Amino acid sequence: MDKIKFDVWVGIFVAIGVISLLGLAMKVGNLTTNDIRETYSVKAHFENIGGLKPRAPVKASGVVVGRVKSISFDTEKYVAIVKIDIDTRYIFPTDTFANIYTAGLLGEQYIGLEAGGDMNNLAEGDRITQTQDAVVLEKLISQFLYSKASEEED
Amino acid sequence: MKSLINFFEKIGYSVTSRIKRLGTASRLLFLILVSSGESFRRFQLTMKEIYFTGVMSLVIIIVSAFFVGMVLGLQGYYTLEKYGSSEAIGVLVALSLVRELGPVVTALLFAGRAGTAITAEIGLMKATEQLSAMEMMAVSPIQRIIAPRFWAGVISMPILASIFSMVGILGGYVIAVIVIGVDEGAFWSQMQANVDFRYDIVNGVIKSLVFGVACTIIALFEGFDAPPTAEGVSRATTRTVVTSSLVILGLDFIMTSFMLGG
Repeated sequence: MDKIKFDVWVGIFVAIGVISLLGLAMKVGNLTTNDIRETYSVKAHFENIGGLKPRAPVKASGVVVGRVKSISFDTEKYVAIVKIDIDTRYIFPTDTFANIYTAGLLGEQYIGLEAGGDMNNLAEGDRITQTQDAVVLEKLISQFLYSKASEEED
Repeated sequence: MKSLINFFEKIGYSVTSRIKRLGTASRLLFLILVSSGESFRRFQLTMKEIYFTGVMSLVIIIVSAFFVGMVLGLQGYYTLEKYGSSEAIGVLVALSLVRELGPVVTALLFAGRAGTAITAEIGLMKATEQLSAMEMMAVSPIQRIIAPRFWAGVISMPILASIFSMVGILGGYVIAVIVIGVDEGAFWSQMQANVDFRYDIVNGVIKSLVFGVACTIIALFEGFDAPPTAEGVSRATTRTVVTSSLVILGLDFIMTSFMLGG
């Protein structure tokens, strides 16, 4: 009798544990939404990446198509090299535009891809040549102030 | 001069005795690992211990998780609302529970609820010479008594921690969505967008596994090492709680710095 009681309770205990872990994975975590598995990686050079971080999303038309793999600095050209992993299901022309955007006013930064019209597609190890840097708020404000000031001088 | 020598002698004694205890504890862990084959072959013994350490801790874990989640919801909302981002409440509750509070609070509660019971039980077994009697009958107390309790603790801890995190998030949900009225869709979708399975959830489970090993081995060792008197057992039980709590918090800091750095 005791033996059966222990087995039943331990069974219930383990079942609740597994259900919680599954709940965490499915409902709380991104196991269901994160279906990026096989990827190919491309590079992009940016003058200024702003607050972009590794594992930031890479989006095309708002759909997450990949993630930022690593960010490093090149001391020959003095640019930031961003490596991007893109899902193999999505192919992009070689003249694709890579822009760094900000989600909302103060949100995280992500890379937006805008497809070009070239016949050839990006492959493993390629470089995206057309890039646009992150918008730095201070620069924008100072530009605005200078232009205002010069307007008033005229 | 004499007092100076005495002073250094005291320091030296306390350091060497601590290292000795650490060594004995490591030997105990090694012995358990070597002789745990038997406790898996007779899994019924471990099953019984999982019942006493894991299943019996369910009530305290679930109730405290629910309250912790509700408090997180209230406090988080109070602060986030000032910045107009009360939808991020789900992320806040989920990340703090899955990454930190789930494993750590579970381990602290486990040390208080199950660790003390293990220490007192084994200390009393030793005081009443039950362990020696077993050895007389050629039954290894490590195989029969210690190893099943060790594995029960190691198995129970991650399960309890996942239950804690899930129930805590439900508590946060009750406060944020049902009581305060944050949008339900935003609550879950922001959570899903920001909680990563491998980085956050798996790391939390790894943490709780390590805490499980640390908590149980401390409780077992203190019980095994206790002087065979009523006072000795009571002191050992106190030491179990103090040492476990400090070790849990220290290990948590070390593991967090590795996991966030990596």
